[in-house]
Amino acid sequence: MEQEQQNSNTVQTGKISNGTKGMTVIVKTIASWVKVLIFLFGINIVLFGHLTPGGGFAGGVILASSYVLLMLAFGREFVEENLPLPLASKLDCLGAFMFALVAILGIVFGGSFFLNFLYQKYLPGQPLHLVSAGIIPLANIAIGLKVGASLFLITLMLSISCKGRECRFE
Amino acid sequence: MIILYLLLLFMIIAAIIAVETKDLLSSIICVGAIGTGGSLMFLMLRAPDIAITQIVVEVLGLIIMIRATISRDLTFITGDREFFGTVVSVVIIFVIFLAGMEVLETLPDFGTPIFAKVEGSPSQIYIENGLKDTGAANVIAGIILDYRGYDTLGEATVLFTSILGATVILRAKSRKLVEEPDK
Repeated sequence: MEQEQQNSNTVQTGKISNGTKGMTVIVKTIASWVKVLIFLFGINIVLFGHLTPGGGFAGGVILASSYVLLMLAFGREFVEENLPLPLASKLDCLGAFMFALVAILGIVFGGSFFLNFLYQKYLPGQPLHLVSAGIIPLANIAIGLKVGASLFLITLMLSISCKGRECRFE
Repeated sequence: MIILYLLLLFMIIAAIIAVETKDLLSSIICVGAIGTGGSLMFLMLRAPDIAITQIVVEVLGLIIMIRATISRDLTFITGDREFFGTVVSVVIIFVIFLAGMEVLETLPDFGTPIFAKVEGSPSQIYIENGLKDTGAANVIAGIILDYRGYDTLGEATVLFTSILGATVILRAKSRKLVEEPDK
């Protein structure tokens, strides 16, 4: 019985030792000002992907990197309260599902898979304006959401380091 | 044109340093330098979409690599290089280099639009009818999401599946001790 109790004490399910809690005051102040600008820039690149260079993939990576900046400056727990892991994986799945939905709506409204039904039938818009090019902005938003959530998830996962029986968060 | 050769020299030197150095942090930083040189090269070749994507993915990939390796307390590469593996890889690289030089001499000069000479080729059709068919001012976005949208679907699927696999493997509670009973 003593052996069992000792085993249940050394199994580290709840005992987490915090690593470093973040960086110095200068880095924290600058990071809290800059994170909003990075996020806004990422939204700009995703949303205007059909007019300026960029698109869904690059914009999604920029969105993820604003959260990675927060994670490096403030520590992992601060970001985990803000955007917890189940919510990030739900956003990832939502992005992938939206992309597939946009493609399948091409069969419903048009005739073929991935048809640009908004541009050719319902909402042509004017070239060089925001509302143009049919389903391309919608697909860019879906891809940006998906790539951003994916890279945030993988960086969160890699900040858990397990050595033997003890898991440390950094 | 001279700046392309300078960037190439920079990237080759950074690659040699990344392979030869013993400190893991230095080699990761040299990999970052290779990616930055590549992004500048894309900008010189007038491809801003690829340049943006390359520099951003490079920076984030550096952070992920540093996170993955430094926190494991393994900051020095030890051990010797084995002889037979080195010889085989050098021979294969040399053969591919010779074959590449043969192929490179058959290409036209740098900067000539080879598909402009063939009427009805896909790239000419995309450039001429891109705005009319898709409505997107950025022809590249029109190509990857309207003309060739199926390839983008495949790429998104590959990214999704790889993140899924990595998340399952790297869970914190995935290690189970031998003496722990099954719940």
